[in-house]
Amino acid sequence: MGLIQLQIDGKKVEVPAGTTVLEAAEQTGIHIPRLCHDPELSPWGGCRLCIVEIEGMRNLPASCVTRVAPGMVVRTDSPAVVEARRAILELLLANHPLDCLTCEKNGECKLAEYCYVYGVKESPFRGEKHNYAVEDSNPFIIRDQNKCILCGKCVRACAEITGKNNLDFAYRGFNTRVSTFGNSSLLESDCVFCGNCVSVCPTGALMEKQMQNKARRWELKRVKTTCPFCGTGCNFDLCVKDGKIVGVASNPDSVVNGRALCIKGRFGWDFIYSDKRLKTPLIKRNGEFVPASWDEALDLVASRLREIKGKYGPGSFAALSSARCTNEENYLFQKFVRAVMGTNNVDHCART
Amino acid sequence: MTNSISEIAGAELLFLIGTNTTEAHPVIGYKIRQAVRRGAKLIVADPRRIELAEEADYWLRLQPGTDIPLLNGLMHIIIKEELYDKTFVAERTENFEALKKTVEKYPPAYVSRLTGVPVEDLYAVARLYATTDKAMIFYTLGITEHVCGTSNVMSIANLAMLTGHVGRPSTGVNPLRGQNNVQGACDMGALPNVFPGYQRVTDPAVRARFQEAWGVSLPAEVGLMLPEMFDKANAGEIKAMYILGENPVLTDPNSNHIRSGLEKLEFLVVHELFLTETAEYADVVLPAASFAETDGTFTNTERRVQRVRKAIEPLTGKTNWQIIMALSTKMGYPMHYRNTEEIFAEMASLTPSYAGINYSRIDKEGIQWPCPTPDHPGTPYLHAGSFTRGKGLFQAIDHIPPAELPDREYPFLLSTGRILYHYNVTTPYSTGIRSLWSQEYAEVNPDDAARLGVETGSKVKVISRRGEVVTRVQVTDRVPPGVIWMSFHYRETPTNVLTSYAVDPISKTGEYKVCAVKIEKII
Ligand code: SF4
Ligand code: SF4
Ligand code: FES
Repeated sequence: MGLIQLQIDGKKVEVPAGTTVLEAAEQTGIHIPRLCHDPELSPWGGCRLCIVEIEGMRNLPASCVTRVAPGMVVRTDSPAVVEARRAILELLLANHPLDCLTCEKNGECKLAEYCYVYGVKESPFRGEKHNYAVEDSNPFIIRDQNKCILCGKCVRACAEITGKNNLDFAYRGFNTRVSTFGNSSLLESDCVFCGNCVSVCPTGALMEKQMQNKARRWELKRVKTTCPFCGTGCNFDLCVKDGKIVGVASNPDSVVNGRALCIKGRFGWDFIYSDKRLKTPLIKRNGEFVPASWDEALDLVASRLREIKGKYGPGSFAALSSARCTNEENYLFQKFVRAVMGTNNVDHCART
Repeated sequence: MTNSISEIAGAELLFLIGTNTTEAHPVIGYKIRQAVRRGAKLIVADPRRIELAEEADYWLRLQPGTDIPLLNGLMHIIIKEELYDKTFVAERTENFEALKKTVEKYPPAYVSRLTGVPVEDLYAVARLYATTDKAMIFYTLGITEHVCGTSNVMSIANLAMLTGHVGRPSTGVNPLRGQNNVQGACDMGALPNVFPGYQRVTDPAVRARFQEAWGVSLPAEVGLMLPEMFDKANAGEIKAMYILGENPVLTDPNSNHIRSGLEKLEFLVVHELFLTETAEYADVVLPAASFAETDGTFTNTERRVQRVRKAIEPLTGKTNWQIIMALSTKMGYPMHYRNTEEIFAEMASLTPSYAGINYSRIDKEGIQWPCPTPDHPGTPYLHAGSFTRGKGLFQAIDHIPPAELPDREYPFLLSTGRILYHYNVTTPYSTGIRSLWSQEYAEVNPDDAARLGVETGSKVKVISRRGEVVTRVQVTDRVPPGVIWMSFHYRETPTNVLTSYAVDPISKTGEYKVCAVKIEKII
């Protein structure tokens, strides 16, 4: 494939043929606003926020679906472009609730971000507002369609990442909305609650229920880690506020999975705070478990193991390590069994 | 896996045998579905109508436990029609004649009778797999959890080698590892016969290296595998056990045998997040820290070593590695690591396949072992120029029927597995997940349901020679007539009370996938 030269905002750029104008701009460090474009999803060209001016073209084309051509001269922020973007945002706001103060997405909302950049405070259009009931009948995803800007990313994520095709556009005109088959709730639909739609939604239309009222987005400390639930080894961020995990968020820099996760990885983490978690060591006394201090418990274990090893020999001891624990824990554990207990009787469950 | 997850995107054919990928490894399932929708061919061999069976070009609904005849039958056709990769077989393998002689005995008509797969499908699949350049095979517990698990795995390797589908991108033999770090636990030597990096405990040179590094003398005899541990516990020879982060009572086959073994122990330590069924038997329970409370690494199914990072302080005050360290120190063998990075470095210095990996290298992106040196990029696919042993060895393998098949008294075949929403033992403690999927629904075919007089939601008793459990049923043609399918996630329906004593003689994996049961309606 050949290289193509063009000019973006006065800068000379050289990119491979087939690159879109939006990508070419990105490569030169120019960010073009976008709402429906996503590098992991097929191009759609629906929101038109990414429009640019290209010399010789009469309309303002959407840069996310326009391929570069030799000698193109592109302006990404001409007065006409800015004017048009403002109009698009005003139209979107015309039927968007303005409860940003309490919206969960506050701080990460793309609509709010661009309205801020373009100084759009409210809409001059006095449109009818939607009045959809907020769906929160399942434990994982809250759907507030009043905040949906019909960017179609969730529809594409469901079809192209998860492959469930559970979401699609339904109805027409003002009533257009994203719907499951037969407009049933997610619970009654084919939804597998992977939450991949939530991870791509630019607004507060799709939100993680677990995070509701827990933290503002900018307060979260994100810690990238590896999923503890299956051998795929997806990465994600644990979102922490004040020393407490409040949720899981996709991390696009995950080599194995990108932003894709499944229900376990995205929503299963709350076992950590199950009230059934053991908090202290327990020692069985007369058939009952009694809480004990660490020292007490470990002293007892050490002396009993030493005693049994002395009396019956190292071969009387066996240990099971864990396919759920880290490599470091497994290494140390087998070292303990071999070096301290003096036996190779160490194995773990589920041999695949 | 011999190959990488990202290579799915480049494959022209995906052959899934005994893996319900979209439920057990959902994100790999997504990738398979994406590849199929872009035009890759899909072959699914599974008794159940799993989700991906619906999208398959060929769905081979084989009788449970007939994987070897199926694979031998495919190889029979491939050899007969001379579709195998002659150069690869000549240059990179040995023992072809023995394989040929054995698969000779599996003509399509006979295989079709044993497996229930139509003859035309056998031909079509054999030709398609053999003649497609980039073909990946995937399997999981559906292949290994049989008395003949090891033979099943070797048969798959035979098929891949015969057709030259090894040692190149988007090919290979790809077991999907069930638990998150089962690959790592094996790599780290949590096995009775090997030190970290699969170095044999019986090899004096290896032992000498570890003795020097650890400063103690080390035992030379191979230790006991899990089922043997419980046999010996039952026999009174094993007196004490330490069980870290596992719940064999719920997850291992034939749990009554496990329970009686645990009862006989003089001393049991269980180191766990929850007071599990296994922990109930303990003399001392040590509370564990979860993955979010510790630093470290996991190794995924494609051998990628990735970071686990501490997000919160351990709820119990101590991480698991600190507990092991403290215990060891108390027992007169001091361990003093300041962090997990030091543990990793010691391990890597003793484990050639990890030798080039360190925390700073995997800070952003994990590395796939083998990675012998710090400048080695890691290994996305194995066996590029040669196999570990040099030439690939064909194994002539004959059909080994399951140890226990349905009969008059126990007319149903019970098969077990995992469902999407749960992961062995931790997810039932997730409030959200538990609130939606809180009990077992055994899958029963509509024909059988009609005969038994049950419908979806009915309660039944499922009885095997070893025990009985109560469950609700779901009537569905996902399972063929005569087969019932259950998961093992629920305390209230401990399915593994039912499963077989039989184990694969080599791997000692339990035969979870096949046993005989009867079903009684509860009125
Ligand atoms: S729900 Fe979100 S992702 Fe889906 S169309 Fe609406 S705004 Fe876009
Ligand atoms: S997110 Fe799902 S697919 Fe990915 S590792 Fe976790 S359990 Fe496996
Ligand atoms: S981002 Fe280009 S049209 Fe929406």
